[in-house]
Amino acid sequence: MRQIHVSEIKEAIVDLILSASYDIPPEIEKAVVQGIDAEISDAGRSVLQQIAESYQIARAERIAICQDTGMAVFFIEIGQDVHITGGDFETAVNDAVRQAYREGYLRKSVVAEPMFHRVNTGDNTPAVIHLRIVPGEQIRILVTPKGFGSENMSRIKMFPPAAGVEGLKRFVVDTVREAGPNPCPPVIVGVGVGGTFEQAAEVAKRMTARPVGSHNADPRYAALEDELLFEINRTGIGPAGIGGAITALAVNVDFRPTHIAGMPVAVNMCCHCARHAETTI
Amino acid sequence: MIIRKIQLPLTQEQARTLRAGETVCLTGAIYTDRDAAHKRLIELLDQGKDLPIDIKDQVIYYVGPAPASPGHAVGSAGPTTSYRMDAYAPRLIELGLSGMIGKGKRDQSVIDAMKKYGAVYFGAVGGAAALISRSIIKSEVVCYEDLGSEAIHRFEIRDFPVVVLIDSEGNNLYETGPAACRALLQSEKGE
Ligand code: SF4
Repeated sequence: MRQIHVSEIKEAIVDLILSASYDIPPEIEKAVVQGIDAEISDAGRSVLQQIAESYQIARAERIAICQDTGMAVFFIEIGQDVHITGGDFETAVNDAVRQAYREGYLRKSVVAEPMFHRVNTGDNTPAVIHLRIVPGEQIRILVTPKGFGSENMSRIKMFPPAAGVEGLKRFVVDTVREAGPNPCPPVIVGVGVGGTFEQAAEVAKRMTARPVGSHNADPRYAALEDELLFEINRTGIGPAGIGGAITALAVNVDFRPTHIAGMPVAVNMCCHCARHAETTI
Repeated sequence: MIIRKIQLPLTQEQARTLRAGETVCLTGAIYTDRDAAHKRLIELLDQGKDLPIDIKDQVIYYVGPAPASPGHAVGSAGPTTSYRMDAYAPRLIELGLSGMIGKGKRDQSVIDAMKKYGAVYFGAVGGAAALISRSIIKSEVVCYEDLGSEAIHRFEIRDFPVVVLIDSEGNNLYETGPAACRALLQSEKGE
């Protein structure tokens, strides 16, 4: 049994949020820079240049990559041989969010109640926490701050099994097409297939943080990712939606076992600012 | 690329001379305004009251900036998605608002008001927020301070780069730009 004090967890998460908010993941920056050469439209190229320059400024000056520093979404795996001491775990996560968003000059974008009285909580809490208990005595933490320009363009649909690959493809490409300029293209598209209603959505969210350029280990899904990327980049939407060949940087798909009667498909749209950072304690 | 420089304020007559697809650099003062503050402005109008700002010939930037860190006039400040302000924008255009800066599609009711009164919709690059903040040299809260980032700010901007997305004749770069590229891509790689 390994003891981990909540203060250690809190410190690690503060660092993680700051790094995610200021430092664009290198593989995204690389894809944007490569996109400048590959782009067919002058306007699209200019947009990608501005984005690449903005990434550099954010990193050098330690300012937010995007003003929408998002809701703080966590995927956390806790080893079952860990004993957390000194306080409760969720409070530690939220304390870290509060501290990082205040000290890091990040925007507070959370309202306490969504419909009647939308009052800002003032500290960007509460965080959204997805938790798993795994073997071992470590804690693995992935944070992926999520902006809502792209979140609002996400969709989920409960397909019948007969919809098959073609049904999924049409749904994903249509979702990107209808979103058009709104989610700040070039986008990263996270797709979750199977599971239940909420599991498909969670997988899709997890996929927005899978590195650009990586592929699903299952060759059928890897091929599907390439086909979807090709189709999306033929829509002409382009960077910032004003026309071009680079509409998406990646389409990341993963699946879960599902019911004999269903094929849920969730599409979580993410902007090029697909911020994420990971650490192991 | 030809870049047209514009000194604000922008009259509706000047707005009518801008064409979709043009790259423009704006210098002068603009107001920030997004969901919550728009709602308050429209509530005032509904009650027959005056607005806290005179929006005639003004440009509104749809943005909720990040807080400024020491040594910066403002935090990162890229555009937010404009359609959320579509329900409110025609009323403000009618009152003389000549420009909006944002990102994303607009409702036909907004475009109709732009055509009728002479207003233009500019786009800044979503997610290039750190770069954009360099063109903002001063920021002050004008009203609704309780809304935090959503308060109405007055920004002083210098050579703030935007593209005309939709002009006062209804020409829409979001339609023409992608359509031209789609034709090219599908003939090239269509095999
Ligand atoms: S969609 Fe992403 S890049 Fe665009 S404003 Fe929101 S967080 Fe920023």
